[in-house]
Amino acid sequence: MTETIDRDKLRDIYTRTMRVARADEKFRSLLMTGKLAVIYYTVRGQELVSAAAMAALEQDDYLVTTYRGQHDQIAKGVPLNPLFAEIAGKVGGTCRGKGGSMHITHPDSGVMVTTGVVGSGLPIANGLALASQNRGDGKVTIVCFGDGATNIGAFHEAMNMAQLWKLPVIFLCQNNRYGEHTAFADHTKVDSIVTRAKAYGMEGVKVDGNDAILMYNTTKAAVDRARAGEGPTLIEAMCYRMMGHFFGADFSYMPKEHLAEMAAEDPLPRLRQLMLDHQFSEAELDAIVADLDVQMDAAAEFAANSPLPGPEEIRKDVFEEEIAA
Amino acid sequence: MSAQITVTQAINRAIDEAMAEDEGVILLGEDVAAKQGGGVFKISAGLTEKYGENRVRATPISEQAIVGACVGAALAGFRPIAEIMLMNFVTVAMDQIVNHAAKLRFMSGGQTHVPLVLRTTTGVGVGFGGQHSDMLEAWFAHVPGLKVVTPSNAADAQGLMRAAIACNDPVIFIENILCYGLKSDDPGPGHIVPLGKAAVTREGSDCSIITYGRTVLDALEIAERLAGEGISVEVIDLRTIAPYDEATVTASVEKTGRALVLHEAVKQYGTGAEIASRLNEKLFGKLKAPVTRIGGAFSAVPMANALEQAWIPNKDAIADAVRTAMNWKG
Repeated sequence: MTETIDRDKLRDIYTRTMRVARADEKFRSLLMTGKLAVIYYTVRGQELVSAAAMAALEQDDYLVTTYRGQHDQIAKGVPLNPLFAEIAGKVGGTCRGKGGSMHITHPDSGVMVTTGVVGSGLPIANGLALASQNRGDGKVTIVCFGDGATNIGAFHEAMNMAQLWKLPVIFLCQNNRYGEHTAFADHTKVDSIVTRAKAYGMEGVKVDGNDAILMYNTTKAAVDRARAGEGPTLIEAMCYRMMGHFFGADFSYMPKEHLAEMAAEDPLPRLRQLMLDHQFSEAELDAIVADLDVQMDAAAEFAANSPLPGPEEIRKDVFEEEIAA
Repeated sequence: MSAQITVTQAINRAIDEAMAEDEGVILLGEDVAAKQGGGVFKISAGLTEKYGENRVRATPISEQAIVGACVGAALAGFRPIAEIMLMNFVTVAMDQIVNHAAKLRFMSGGQTHVPLVLRTTTGVGVGFGGQHSDMLEAWFAHVPGLKVVTPSNAADAQGLMRAAIACNDPVIFIENILCYGLKSDDPGPGHIVPLGKAAVTREGSDCSIITYGRTVLDALEIAERLAGEGISVEVIDLRTIAPYDEATVTASVEKTGRALVLHEAVKQYGTGAEIASRLNEKLFGKLKAPVTRIGGAFSAVPMANALEQAWIPNKDAIADAVRTAMNWKG
């Protein structure tokens, strides 16, 4: 299959991918140098899958994602300064430091929920999509989750309800081959998540999530279907989690030959080669990354300089009205 | 005699009024639409005909998906009402209620909020047995971010439901099956009872009974019985269990010097423990007797009527508890 793509869109995908990649690199460097001490779920290896998917959406479309969702959030457009500050637990963060990396919310970018409870975002995505359907506002909701999430009951309840009501929602399973420490074959008996779409009468597509053009076009087709009122799509995007469950965790349970296979499939060099094949110059690509690195440094500095939230924050946002001390 | 309204009619009217005023008010639940009969307890009867199946959606038996969809719709600016047919089934949806509905305002630093009402019903005394009868209000009252409401009469049911739908925080709204047929004077359209305000249902000077839901009826009956013995009982109907009207409760007990907290849920770790403890903190030294609690037996709710009646807080025991407080010698 010959896939084509607009040149500006390809540049857009590259920029989104590298923004994710450079941010992830920056976080890992801050952690390793002791400048940051937080639990961090690296997205190394999954940068492209969400960059290409989010490039097919509008800013005001809704996103629901999980604790390992930084690539989704950045690709969707969450600004770097408050994102860095939130992960550092600072008051300048998206959520005033009350959410952290596992609970990023940023409605201006359409990021409505980031949940630390695996699989629980799918029913919520249905509700966002239901609101769009009733309003007729044309918005699409995308919900991202890993292969591990497809074995919780909420996945199945949500798939059935979404198809029943033809909701404008896209279920984007980023199959990174591990649910925490458990390999895909050890937690799921079917060969592929996408076969489960059939069980609910739903459109399902399995793609190489590291193929930028295919990933973009597949998502775009699902977005078009949803906007046209034709209902939900399950996309199973194959990708790799190249490190452990959280940054710094032991991942000796991942077989060495599998890791070598992962390295060979690394989406970053592959995307760069794709760009060169499309006549982008080395200089142009380097300039994009250099500009991003300036933004990363600025975001890290913003986070470092942002104050810690005061104890009075505990009484705020429990209810609409502040609670008594 | 003025017009009367039942609890069922009152809740239906409140939802109807809210749906007429705001297109964002939608109703999701098992069997709630006209095609399925307008709900097992007919709370949503007639609403599909007025507002259509997009706004009154009968769902699959999928409690996580029902509450989750309501959370999502609420995040998008809607005011959804989730019907969880029986309170025991909230167990299936706890993640959506406790981890999401309750916490998203806080975890987002106030950027989003979840104005949903979770309606549910329960009650001991209809022979539904262990998995259809539990009063689980204490579970939700224990969760920061949730408001918990239960009416004891039709006028309050209407007014509290309007306030719950208007509330910008998630509200757990508990209806007692045995109360559905109770009649009150019709409060008329537009009636609102603010959340967090208790009612002094009967004034008295010797002992306060603090209660809510169906057991308000028991408390009133006991108050009447004890009046014949010269004991003056004040009955407080909390209406909102969390956050509860501490000012009204404290003022009442300060006046009477004696308090009994009564509820249908089991006594252990229940709402009564919280209220008794707070009264102790506020009024230690002023109390004429220890604050006591009466709740359901510490077992699953039995089916057999004889056992079920033994499970429910016993009216004679309530009266005895008040007499004991009156005769307390320290």
